[in-house]
Amino acid sequence: MTALTADKAAAWMADFAASIAENAELLTDLDRQIGDADHGSNMNRGMKAVCALGSEFPDAPALLKKVGMTLVNSVGGASGPLYGTFFLRLAKELPSSGDATPEVWGKALRAGLQGILDRGKAKVGDKTMVDALTPAVDAYDEAVTGGAEFGQALQAAAAACAEGRDSTVDLVAHKGRASYLGERSKGVQDPGATSVTLLLESAARTLA
Amino acid sequence: MKKLINDADTVVGDALRGIEAAHSDRVRVDHEHHLIIRADAPVKGKVGLVSGGGSGHEPMHGGFVGRGMLDAACAGEVFTSPVPEQMQVATAAVDGGAGVLHIVKNYTGDVMNFEMAAEMAAEEADVRVESVVVDDDVAVTDSLYTAGRRGVGLTVLLEKIVGAGAEEGRDLDAIVELAKKVNGQGRSLGLALTSCTVPAAGKPTFDLGEDEFELGIGIHGEPGRERKKLAPASDMAQMLVEPILADLEFGGDVIAMMNGMGGTPLLELYLMYGEVTKILEKAGVKVARNLVGNYITSLEMAGCSLTLLKADDELLKLWDAPVNTPGLRWGC
Repeated sequence: MTALTADKAAAWMADFAASIAENAELLTDLDRQIGDADHGSNMNRGMKAVCALGSEFPDAPALLKKVGMTLVNSVGGASGPLYGTFFLRLAKELPSSGDATPEVWGKALRAGLQGILDRGKAKVGDKTMVDALTPAVDAYDEAVTGGAEFGQALQAAAAACAEGRDSTVDLVAHKGRASYLGERSKGVQDPGATSVTLLLESAARTLA
Repeated sequence: MKKLINDADTVVGDALRGIEAAHSDRVRVDHEHHLIIRADAPVKGKVGLVSGGGSGHEPMHGGFVGRGMLDAACAGEVFTSPVPEQMQVATAAVDGGAGVLHIVKNYTGDVMNFEMAAEMAAEEADVRVESVVVDDDVAVTDSLYTAGRRGVGLTVLLEKIVGAGAEEGRDLDAIVELAKKVNGQGRSLGLALTSCTVPAAGKPTFDLGEDEFELGIGIHGEPGRERKKLAPASDMAQMLVEPILADLEFGGDVIAMMNGMGGTPLLELYLMYGEVTKILEKAGVKVARNLVGNYITSLEMAGCSLTLLKADDELLKLWDAPVNTPGLRWGC
């Protein structure tokens, strides 16, 4: 069992917010090269709003659901609905009792990923956050099946996420604004794959 | 970056205060949700028209709120789609009992946010919401491997025509049909001479050499179809007209818009319009109505876009109907 209190979920979000703030300029600069130069500032605005939510939450799923709604209604662009849907679906799968087995966590992460796929309709190889998050969730499941503890599985997920992020450099974008560049989108790391890696790295640091 | 701003983070809210100060006879501003709403909304029995998108394209969309055009516009951050909450509040504010149409430009973020807003509205409220997605940009050719054709200049013409239809008292189904008709009959293509600078980013979105231009740009400074060497205006007009005429059969009357991207003087826009009409005349296309000016912009980007809309008697009659908005006004 992995105890997931509202405090722990809040620590995850605080760590992610700090990481986004630290990397906002990098995210915006990547987006400037293949998108429209606002991913860092948008995510930063959204996570600042998340940090301002306070601590009046009975349990982690309640907090994470609110995080989803907050991101939907503060980030804008494509990232708002995508990140928002991720957290809404994730929260739905987590028990309010605060106890979740690594398997339940795996199901929740998978549901979050599925939410992003449903909303954005991107596939692996389209040069989006899906290219990082899909191998991350796969690596998590594989680690858990192999008997890894929650923390180890999260670390495996974060590492696979980073690898997936790096793989986007050589891809040609097929979704979002970068897709209008065609071949010219090659050579730049995808901003969404970059920010979702920060999210999983934060999870590995704070949740286990 | 040189801009007339207080703070990059408050640009949109600060500009909305100016819009309110300038146009409170026709619109009211919801500062909490960044909405521009027709002063007399909701209009009882009329289909409500809501549009919205990132800021930085002024006068679109806020400048097109008023009698004969939009009922509300949701202002997103600069070049960033507005969020579902804004769209929900706008929808509720303009619902006069005949349903509401969302006019959405085909950009990934706009489409997703309007989709979420429509889902939430369907769950919570009893107002009927329909959507139409505008995708008129011929620069995007391979729509299987892209997010599809973007919604650009045609949005202005569509908002005018559909606005007139709603003002006439057409019901929501008829309005949806009219919007789809306009979208099916119009095409656009743009070019940029310079990039633009998003205030929060602080530097130009892309780099263009002194002797280059970008053909097929969208309206967010996202790069276009190809980069070319500068040429005389007559040649550049040809590069705009040809792909549009190749994409759709345009015999007969059209409504034409020569639109400035924000940083190009009217002198050059008229010069380009003159070149375009010469080419159209040769191709047997007759411009029945036109707009020349800055209607859907990309901050301070220099460049222009051309939109052509096949116009039959129905569309021309709706085009000529009175409109009274900050950005377009005639017949009243």
